[in-house]
Amino acid sequence: MPRRQQGDSKIWQRRSRNRQLAIWFGQFVGVAIFVYCWQLVSENTIWMFVADAPRQAVDMMERMVPPKWSYMNSLWRPVWDTITIATLGTLMAVVLAFPIAFLAARNTTPSSAFARPIALFIIVASRSINSLLWALMLVTILGPGVFAGVLAIGFRSIGFCAKLLYEAIEEIDETQVEAVTATGASGAQILKYGIVPQILPAFAGISVFRWDINIRESAILGLVGAGGIGLQLSSSIDTVTWTEVSVILLVILATVVVSEWVSAKVRHAII
Amino acid sequence: MSAPRTWKRPPFIERPLLRWGLITGSTLFLAISIGTMEVNWERVAAGVPRAERFIGSFFPPDFTSKSTDIWEGIIESLWMTVVSTVIGILLSIPVGLGAARNLSPRFIYLISRGILAVSRTFPEIIIALFAVKLFGFGPFAGIIALSIGSIGFYGKLLAEDIEDMDPVQAEAVKATGASWFQWLNYSVQPQVMPRMIGLAMYRFDINFRESAVLGIVGAGGIGATLLTSFDRYEFSSSASILLIIIGIVMVVEYSSGYIRKWVQ
Amino acid sequence: MLRLQNLTKQYKTGDLALKSIDLEVPDGQVMALIGPSGAGKSTLIRCVNRLVEPTTGSVRLNESEISSLSQYQLRKARRRMGMIFQEYALVERLSVMENVLSGRLGYVSFWPSYFRKFPQNDIDEAFRLLERVGLDRMADKRADELSGGQRQRVGICRALIQDPELLLIDEPTASLDPKTSRQIMRLICELCKERKLSAIINIHDVLLAQMFAERIVGLQLGEIVYDGPPGNLTAEVLTTIYGEEDWEATIEKVDDEESDTVPTSAVRAK
Repeated sequence: MPRRQQGDSKIWQRRSRNRQLAIWFGQFVGVAIFVYCWQLVSENTIWMFVADAPRQAVDMMERMVPPKWSYMNSLWRPVWDTITIATLGTLMAVVLAFPIAFLAARNTTPSSAFARPIALFIIVASRSINSLLWALMLVTILGPGVFAGVLAIGFRSIGFCAKLLYEAIEEIDETQVEAVTATGASGAQILKYGIVPQILPAFAGISVFRWDINIRESAILGLVGAGGIGLQLSSSIDTVTWTEVSVILLVILATVVVSEWVSAKVRHAII
Repeated sequence: MSAPRTWKRPPFIERPLLRWGLITGSTLFLAISIGTMEVNWERVAAGVPRAERFIGSFFPPDFTSKSTDIWEGIIESLWMTVVSTVIGILLSIPVGLGAARNLSPRFIYLISRGILAVSRTFPEIIIALFAVKLFGFGPFAGIIALSIGSIGFYGKLLAEDIEDMDPVQAEAVKATGASWFQWLNYSVQPQVMPRMIGLAMYRFDINFRESAVLGIVGAGGIGATLLTSFDRYEFSSSASILLIIIGIVMVVEYSSGYIRKWVQ
Repeated sequence: MLRLQNLTKQYKTGDLALKSIDLEVPDGQVMALIGPSGAGKSTLIRCVNRLVEPTTGSVRLNESEISSLSQYQLRKARRRMGMIFQEYALVERLSVMENVLSGRLGYVSFWPSYFRKFPQNDIDEAFRLLERVGLDRMADKRADELSGGQRQRVGICRALIQDPELLLIDEPTASLDPKTSRQIMRLICELCKERKLSAIINIHDVLLAQMFAERIVGLQLGEIVYDGPPGNLTAEVLTTIYGEEDWEATIEKVDDEESDTVPTSAVRAK
């Protein structure tokens, strides 16, 4: 109890002694872990390089200016590819995430012993593996190109979309579903009239949100050969042509800004 | 007798011009996208046996042959995550405070929002590319990249949470004559804390997953080992690394749910 | 004593919320401020402790000129004015005790307050106040676990622990049911009498104002249109303040089982 009697006066503390001790202990452990990890950082870092970094940075900046605007001409196709990868990938993910979400949600899953754990595992597996890793795998198997990129984005995004979607499904208003069931509707009709309308706004919002994030992720898939503007970035850095690199960065910046604007507008319109 | 009234469900988008415009536009876009996507079907066909081999190597996965490399890489990814999450969150607190419209003067607000926008535009791996050029190969570059990414992510959400807080609770504390820091500690912090702790765990999760990838550009973590295993088609090692990553993410997710409940 | 002179507040949109208000509140007086929405009641109260900055005019609390204080001095001045809010304005996730002690933040420096190490005197006073309002068993409950009336009582303790010279009370009963409203108003008036505090109570319930305040000031469109004892509040006066209405229905006999302190003036006005 945060309150004690000590002689005549009543003492008040914010937390009881045990809880306070537990909190201090937790903080101590946290700090210890951090200090230990920081030591590992120090061991593994050549501090000389770090100290040299500002000079390197200035040097790099100087070489990046002025941007080689003529390079833009060879960038239009990669930008288009990047947008294609993001859009088709998100589309694929959203289509697949829909059924998986229903299998994963506690209130709509057909079997909570079998289908649900599998769906949950698919979700975790899909989102634990960065889209770049997926791209790596797919390029090794299917060869480089935009197709691998689309699949990579798709596989990664299934987990994200399905997770948010099944959380939305679990939060629906059951009385609405009850009402539709009471009319004698079949399972599919209950889905269509009772559940889907409730999650549609969330569904659309999640899809657009993921699309926005995917634009950013698609831009880098080229680093492992899966198409998009990452390819140019990789080659420009390898050939140390900094003026091209700055153009690419600006193009990525512009694409991200535009896609964020579009995404915000669409989500605003949906609400 | 007049004709019977029919009812048709109103379309989702009312204005016909907008509706048809969107439908034709998106169909056109999809057609062109799919059309320009060059798929080398022969290559895909050739890849099927490789795919089978890959999937096959998950049952069972090989944890032993490259175990030292793998464990070293995973541990490195883990401590990279810890350090960058802590540093990132600590640095994002002042930036987040500055980026809250109800808290700071316009000048500071604009600068803070600018910092957040810059940190968020580029994926961490691009930042890592540059960090490697500046700081040399190794996990330090990765930590820089992840910290910057964390600042952008966490700072923006912190600013939004502060902007959503109940102004009357804040006004009441101010009316007692509290100093600015006391005011933060007694009215802003209690309102914002629960959600921000959950978000900190989420960012930890994201940072770990990113740290597994930064090694591809030389910024430390398990990424480099993973890249090598794919390049050499040593799928059994790849499978084991992937499974470990999935496992750690599951543990983090589970404990984050537990901690979030405890904070409530 | 609080003296307002020529107090004016004009918003950026050009709206004049307060027009040259002149008002004096002597020590120990409980004054009710009535008027329709938008009359400027909340603005007036907030101009006193400068939660809203007055455009021109002077606010004088005893010897200090509040309107010209620096930020640092203003904090010190705010300690002398206890404020009670309409929606209780407790920090919901903090406990009752922490909310009451937050009234002492103006007296305690940052680090002790961060670690919640308040002086023993403050803690004793907090317990004493909670007992006085009947909430000492609830000291460790979280504020959002309390009912409306309980929360308002915590708000009162928070204001009183500042040991203020003046209470600024903004619609204390707006969110409360009729019985709780009367209990709260009664509590406020008793406490003011015990501690010889002056109070400005912003209230929309004219009946409550008449029952409990010694003096009523009516505000309309930023100007004072009535200033006098509750007994003189006739239907004509109310029409001036609020507009045409069936005022007889408002000024009716009170049927309150607990209280036999109904001012006779309220009954006579029927």
